[in-house]
Amino acid sequence: MTIESIKKREYPSSNKKSNIDIPKGKWLKCPKCKEIIYRPTFVKSLNICPYCNYYFRITCKDRLKLIIDDGTFKEFKLNIETTNPLELSEYEAKLKKEKEKTGLDEATLSGIGKINDNKVVIAIIDSNFFMGSMGSVLGEYVTFSIEESIKRKLPLIIISASGGARMQEGIISLMQMAKTTCAIAKHNEEGLLYISVLTDPTYGGVTASFASLGDIIIAEPGAMIGFAGPNVIKQTIGEELPPGFQTSEFQLKHGFIDLIVKRKEMKETITKLIELHKGSGIIDKKN
Amino acid sequence: MTKKISSWDIVNIARGPYRKTSLDYIDNLFEDFIELHGDRLGYDDKAIVCGIGKYNGIPVTIIAEQKGRTTQENIERNFGMPNPESYRKAIRLMRQAEKFNRPIITFIDTKGAYPGLHAEEHGQGEAIAKSMLTLANIKVPVINIVIGEGSSGGALAIGVANKILMLEYAIYSIISPEGFASIIWKDSSKKEKAANKMKLTSKDLLNLNVIDTIIKEEKEDSDDNFMKVIARIKKELDLSLEELMKLSPKELCYHRYEKFRKIGTYKKEKVN
Repeated sequence: MTIESIKKREYPSSNKKSNIDIPKGKWLKCPKCKEIIYRPTFVKSLNICPYCNYYFRITCKDRLKLIIDDGTFKEFKLNIETTNPLELSEYEAKLKKEKEKTGLDEATLSGIGKINDNKVVIAIIDSNFFMGSMGSVLGEYVTFSIEESIKRKLPLIIISASGGARMQEGIISLMQMAKTTCAIAKHNEEGLLYISVLTDPTYGGVTASFASLGDIIIAEPGAMIGFAGPNVIKQTIGEELPPGFQTSEFQLKHGFIDLIVKRKEMKETITKLIELHKGSGIIDKKN
Repeated sequence: MTKKISSWDIVNIARGPYRKTSLDYIDNLFEDFIELHGDRLGYDDKAIVCGIGKYNGIPVTIIAEQKGRTTQENIERNFGMPNPESYRKAIRLMRQAEKFNRPIITFIDTKGAYPGLHAEEHGQGEAIAKSMLTLANIKVPVINIVIGEGSSGGALAIGVANKILMLEYAIYSIISPEGFASIIWKDSSKKEKAANKMKLTSKDLLNLNVIDTIIKEEKEDSDDNFMKVIARIKKELDLSLEELMKLSPKELCYHRYEKFRKIGTYKKEKVN
């Protein structure tokens, strides 16, 4: 339910109507303010609308470039794929489509890299692939990343963007919440730093497991973050939701995130936070 | 009953209006049960019942999702759908169980965590995550019994256990069959087809190694038959407690870690 309601995200502040189809290439249209954006400007502004400041969802590869020092990333390659535990033909077909659409094998990119010369384990979830939903494979990559961070005594950064657990794998997906959480529990015992970054959208089983368990939780401005999807809540309570419900700003106000950080300042902020955790004797720059 | 019982039939049994609830099991399994209230943060949510009782003379902490047995009780207990404050009360009592070295026994019976405005404002996701995190590292044995409906993160929040027992006609799933059908086939009326696909029965879950033991149930509801089920639960609880109480705190955490670490089904991709 969650995934569906997020896909159908509404943009209430759009008062401008534009039915012009923009050919792929030099120009694109902001889904929020409907302004036409010149692509080179857009890329320069890190995929943020220059008119209304709307944060476009970005791919895990683009996200990696924004955070990790050039040429320092070494990807974890586990060579695993799902067995389709519920034997749903719809699932196989959808997976194939998602792979073709994105050129990815799964909704994640994880590995070891450096952030301003600080070695870290990083796992990024990509909402462009299957709405970043967590099945066996994604759960395994996240758990593996946490375990590598323990093994190598490195800070852990997880950047989430997910509709929640992947329904197509049923109970096995649900159990990935427990699996990743047990790994975070072990990580905690080791006294290691875990920074959780929430981006648009972070929902369901991802919010209700590792994404909410960072020592420091950061969100991008305007990201939608919650447990139940807005449409499910609307149906349940039979009322309209208040403006700004489940945004990063809402989560900050209610005390569930530490800070909101702009896309262009994310790398520097993470660097500062890592630096501030040095001296505990665990993180060594030369690692 | 001559017809083979389908997964959808089991969904209906698990949701049945007269199906026994957590308090019925608590009354028959434990002596001197005392309910303890409140999260110490300003609320007492009634969808989860917590307390201390004695099992075979040993004090244990009990954490149980509770559906109402009457309309009035259902309203009080929010139809067994916890708000974050229920999980925070549970976390408080998990820590207390650890302090006094009491095993924890949890009962799952919920349609899911409540999807409401208040729940989101008070961090439903964070509360579920913290409840699982607390159980993951707790230094006492944790046994979970799925007695009715176990749906989504709202159920799993108290399900991170060393042993998971499940009643034969209970269900445990990522979402309701109605929700599953509306996501996969955009048609919630295909709930029966969904139930039969979802692998949500005790037998399915034993095959998937998600649960450890099935507690056999009787086909007919009666007091005598309920006591037979209680006796079977006791037998399994005895075995589980005996095994788990031999483990050191460190071994208990490791045991739980290994149990969930293994869950996932994937094959190695073909190497070209």
